[in-house]
Amino acid sequence: MKKQIPAYERVKMARDAKRPGALEYIAAICGDFFEVHGDRAYGDDGAVICGIGKLELPDSRELAVSVAATCRGRTIEERVRRNFGMAQPDGYRKLQRCLAQAVKFRRPLITFIDTPGAYPGKSAEERGQGMAIAECLYQMSAAPIPIITVVIGEGGSGGAIALGVADRIIMLENAVLSVLSAEGFASILWKDASRAAEASEVMKLTAADLLEHKIADFVIEEPEGGASETPEVVIGRVRDRVRSELGDLLRLSEAQLLERRYQKYRVIGK
Amino acid sequence: MPNPFSERKRALDFLKALRQSVGKKKSAAQQNITCKHCKAEHELSALADAMYVCSQCGAHLYIPAKERLLKLFDGGQFEERFTEIAPRDVLGFPGYSKKLAEQVSRSGLSEACLCVTGKIGGFGAVCAAIDIKFMMGSMGTAVGEKITLAAELAQSERLPLIIFSAGGGARMQEGIYSLMQMIKTSAAIRRFSDAGGLFISYVTNPTTGGITASFASLGDIIIAEPGALFGFAGPRVIEQTIGEKLPEGFQRSEFQLEHGFVDAIVPRKEMRATLARLLMLHSGGAAL
Repeated sequence: MKKQIPAYERVKMARDAKRPGALEYIAAICGDFFEVHGDRAYGDDGAVICGIGKLELPDSRELAVSVAATCRGRTIEERVRRNFGMAQPDGYRKLQRCLAQAVKFRRPLITFIDTPGAYPGKSAEERGQGMAIAECLYQMSAAPIPIITVVIGEGGSGGAIALGVADRIIMLENAVLSVLSAEGFASILWKDASRAAEASEVMKLTAADLLEHKIADFVIEEPEGGASETPEVVIGRVRDRVRSELGDLLRLSEAQLLERRYQKYRVIGK
Repeated sequence: MPNPFSERKRALDFLKALRQSVGKKKSAAQQNITCKHCKAEHELSALADAMYVCSQCGAHLYIPAKERLLKLFDGGQFEERFTEIAPRDVLGFPGYSKKLAEQVSRSGLSEACLCVTGKIGGFGAVCAAIDIKFMMGSMGTAVGEKITLAAELAQSERLPLIIFSAGGGARMQEGIYSLMQMIKTSAAIRRFSDAGGLFISYVTNPTTGGITASFASLGDIIIAEPGALFGFAGPRVIEQTIGEKLPEGFQRSEFQLEHGFVDAIVPRKEMRATLARLLMLHSGGAAL
């Protein structure tokens, strides 16, 4: 019955300011979260959060994990500070630093995606936005540690998948992932951004669509009203799913992990 | 859900377009081309002889991928690979099959990416080139697949890989599948690199979006043609979404050289000699 929600309604739910953001998921999933800052080259990008935390596996073992996320922020001040979740190259380079340490200390990496896209501005281009994203894809594809990605809100374009080279892609029911925003898509193809609702239908951007097209591995159901109205329930479901997936991935050898990750993307559009 | 009728219609349209494109041999040599920079008029045949570089102002104009490869490889000899890879309407996107058929007939190409093997200055290489005449060189699944196959072929044959990038990024009509080609191609380049392979990324005008944010930025050596636009968000996107006015030359090759994102700007007439030299410098090296 929930299947009947129009795709564009889901886009709006994914963007809802009241929807829990990455920080809430991190706080619930990781104990002792220690946030790290900066790319050691230019600055600290508020749109990308990186850190280290402890995670409890289904067998009650505790394990240190690295975490990276894009974060839009809840309040207006926080949104401005986080640039509405649109990362600059410095944010992607912070992620690369976080990933390198995860590999060094053999920690799994959990990423959370919630971004309209990479920041499309002058400063970002001057510092190599395209190269920063490409380097994330390049590093994540060969990192010999388990990687789990959770799309919790909007997943917009290359700026989102820079955090999305993973062994498992989990999507919330009302999260979306697309090549471009529905508005941008409509304006490029039909020169009319107001046709976003129509675009959302043909783009196949909902979690259910992406599961059907085998891009997403799992969809986590959200109760009536979505994650905005029942944050504890949804966060709890994400925590349980991340734990159990991680438990499974830890049973694979590094070679198996890397081969399966390569094949996961290799078959898309083959 | 795959619809057998639309599948069949697509196949028929494709064949029809292909037949039309073969039949159409225009008297191209008489055509005149205007340089969009200095407005000088050039006879097409003369411009082609000059590798589509304007004799008046030196602007590097659009060159069809095939003509570039003819000038690049020893004796104009190369073998085209992966010709069986054709574009597909992966999402069942309204009007896309028809659009593809039109593009095939208009461009005379079966997709935006050409993949070949041959020798440059006596050194073997795998080479892929994107032609913006087909769907503006956007990275649909067929382009992503060909780039990936090229990297895998280079790895198994232990040959260097050269990719001439161009194009505006994602293929809208293939949606998420198009986006995922960024990961697929980057992962293939990474494997090739880990095996010791040399990848030269050769950036041509215009290279933006998902192509910039994946393989085009991952070369061991990145070469750009003079004046080529090379960026992630294109100038129009930046101006429309952020409202920032961009200075003259923003994101052009010269700007990117100055900002540290390309190794060299190479005029087209020096392309062959430069690549032959780089292949020579990497020969007899470690793994490849």
